[in-house]
Amino acid sequence: MFAYYLDLALRSLRRNKVLTMLMVLALALGIGATITTLTVLKLLSGDPLPQKSTQLFYPQLDPYPKDQPFSRSGKKLPWLMSYVDAMNLLHARKAQRQAVMALSQVKVTPQAQDGKAFYADGVLTTSDFFPMFDAPFQYGAGWASADDESREQVVVIAGFLNDKLFGGANSVGRTIRIEDHDFRIIGVLRPWAPQPRFYAVHLGGRDYGKGEAVFMPLQGARADGITPNTVMSYGPEHTDMQHLETAQSIWLGLWVQLSSADEASAYKLFLANYAQQQVALGRFQLSRVAFWDLMSWLRNEQVVPDDVRLQAGLALGFLLICVVNTVGLLLAKCLRRSREIGVRRALGASRGAIFAQFMVEAGIVGVAGGMLGLGFAELGLWGIRHQPAQYASLAHLDLSMFLFTFLVALVSSLIAGLLPAWRACVVAPAPQLKAS
Amino acid sequence: MQIRPVLSALRKHRVATVLIAMEIALACAVLCNACFLIANRVQQIRIHSGVDERALAAIKLTGFDEKDGVDLNARVLSGLATIPGMRSVSVINAVPFGGSPNNAGITTDAAGKQFAGVVNFYTGGPGSFTALGLRLIAGRAPQDDDYQPVVHFVPDDALVWVSQSLAEHAWPGVDPIGKEFWVGRPHFRVAGVVANLARPSPGEGGPSTIEWSVFVPSQPGAHFAGTYLLRASPEELSRVLRDARAAIAKIAPDAVLETATSQSVASLRETFFQQDRTMAGILLGVIAAMLLVTALGIVGLASFWVQQRRRQIGIRRALGATRGDILGYFQTENFLIVTFGIVLGMLLAFALNLLLMTHYELPRLPLYYLPIGALILWGLGQLAVLGPALRAAAVPPVVATRSV
Repeated sequence: MFAYYLDLALRSLRRNKVLTMLMVLALALGIGATITTLTVLKLLSGDPLPQKSTQLFYPQLDPYPKDQPFSRSGKKLPWLMSYVDAMNLLHARKAQRQAVMALSQVKVTPQAQDGKAFYADGVLTTSDFFPMFDAPFQYGAGWASADDESREQVVVIAGFLNDKLFGGANSVGRTIRIEDHDFRIIGVLRPWAPQPRFYAVHLGGRDYGKGEAVFMPLQGARADGITPNTVMSYGPEHTDMQHLETAQSIWLGLWVQLSSADEASAYKLFLANYAQQQVALGRFQLSRVAFWDLMSWLRNEQVVPDDVRLQAGLALGFLLICVVNTVGLLLAKCLRRSREIGVRRALGASRGAIFAQFMVEAGIVGVAGGMLGLGFAELGLWGIRHQPAQYASLAHLDLSMFLFTFLVALVSSLIAGLLPAWRACVVAPAPQLKAS
Repeated sequence: MQIRPVLSALRKHRVATVLIAMEIALACAVLCNACFLIANRVQQIRIHSGVDERALAAIKLTGFDEKDGVDLNARVLSGLATIPGMRSVSVINAVPFGGSPNNAGITTDAAGKQFAGVVNFYTGGPGSFTALGLRLIAGRAPQDDDYQPVVHFVPDDALVWVSQSLAEHAWPGVDPIGKEFWVGRPHFRVAGVVANLARPSPGEGGPSTIEWSVFVPSQPGAHFAGTYLLRASPEELSRVLRDARAAIAKIAPDAVLETATSQSVASLRETFFQQDRTMAGILLGVIAAMLLVTALGIVGLASFWVQQRRRQIGIRRALGATRGDILGYFQTENFLIVTFGIVLGMLLAFALNLLLMTHYELPRLPLYYLPIGALILWGLGQLAVLGPALRAAAVPPVVATRSV
């Protein structure tokens, strides 16, 4: 039966080529725009660490001191932590894993004679960073937790920096000059770039892109005078960048790994107790805290650029217009065929059969629109790859989006076909036959 | 043209009429809001930086030791000044559109209670005020002894020049000259007001804060080195900048030239707004595609109606209607449908605007967008229906006598 409907539909579509082309083109434009923007939106709002994200949490405190007139951070809690609080929470070791981190722009000087110094993004962190975020090693390994305190001058470098400096060879044991100090390479990462870069939010890094080049122990890097990108001071004194550890400023992010909901609520309690304790000690003014799991944190901080969400909304509106347009055109087509329908009904076709016939016709328009729309989407993504955005190089159509295209096309064309098909199947056969 | 027969004919085609009207309504909502968004972008792109953009360029060096700052300043200032065509070289911390703002929250009382917003501090060495080309509208220009050493990121107690926009925000309705403000302990007193001065990253704190900038005359030194403001005539600027970038390799071989920032202010501006221009382009594209699809829908449906009514048209013609009457009939019909759509669309446009306002920092849709949107859609409808209507007008009266 389906083959027969298919044949009927193709005949009918061929009979009115211009109208068919208009329908397919309009639907394809809408679908192309929607898929392009949704691909980008999905890319930007995706889960950076799908296997781990439910276990990662970000605590926040309000470090504003008691002796100040009022808390300046307003309704929102400060994004980052002071060194003292970050270290207190880190050393408490209440979570399965925990790491503090800051981002820094560091000068890297190649060892080669004519090598020109360049700037690279660096992470200052503690030993749990790598196992907690599942950062995979190509060569070597991260540093031990003992090295966090010993101010060892060691560094883990990203694969792309290893390719650039050492041609991709195993560089473990070699030294690299960072901010005019020699660091010993102890590990090389495989390509690793969670998107969005959840841990870099508010640390002055990029939210998307290929990731940082060097990873250094926080204490060792600070001892060499490496300063973080983002330092926000909450005291009346100006912050001395060399003595951030004692300054009234926030510059560290803390992430913890907790494997169950029980552990998470226990940690939250611990955090609340810590804040109350600090109030009692006279350090804090307020005991408020916040505790986010990774995905809620990203949502709350609205990491996805406004423009991208706006584009997706626009594209959806456009698709809606295209679907309404297709409904109108399909309806026009089917009403014109009242007589044909009357004849088919008189010859014994049921209402269901007429309905199915018109839905098949709408479905064909949808699939054709989907295929053309896929072309438009590829074109749109090509355009995005040539935009000067951080995420430009990541904009590719993946398999799930490819399938989704056809689903969107089919569903929207079937929705568009519902009304005309229903109108067609309620046509009363007798008057149509009488007219001729 | 009588409207009643057109209306009763439309009542026979309720579904199709509603569909076209809905399409027009959606198009009207998207059209008004998209145009409004474009206008907002264009307004942002066109902001006044307050400096002579065409005559200015920046050179930014990093990676040198802080203790070498004084020496670096001396070498760069004397080295670049010899480049032919260079009008002036001065030390500055940032230029508009160049990024790296020096932001701090200010309070208008010493106790730190009257918060007046987060503003940007430009620190400029001798010569930079004149080189920037800032237009003084109150107070006096900085004098030689106003340039004070930078203690942390600005001098600790200094005379400053504020933009008019900041002055109106911090001290509304009063003369800002002589007013004081604080950043924790450091204290500042307003000595002059300049017409415009945009932040290095205008728009980061919202559209109203674009010009919340302060100019602090500062003495170059260890804490204030590495970024330089070059001034040359607009025709020579690109060559002077090229020469300067080449000369830096010899003047300061150990420092790293930040190529992204070491550009003319005009090209920094271009780069800064690239995203906004792209977005405006995308919005324009969406509008065009949407209008095209809407027009195609109207053409499709009108053609169908013309074909469906060939006999009726023939009868009307046989009964004495002129071609103009037939043409007018279809045009009136389209006008009525589009009008229904526009009425609905205006409500939708406001709803969409309210929705956008909750998600973005966007003002309310000005009312004049609605009649403009309506005119565009009426025009579009009339254009789209013209083809089918002309075909209808060409139907000969003899059709009435034939049974199809």
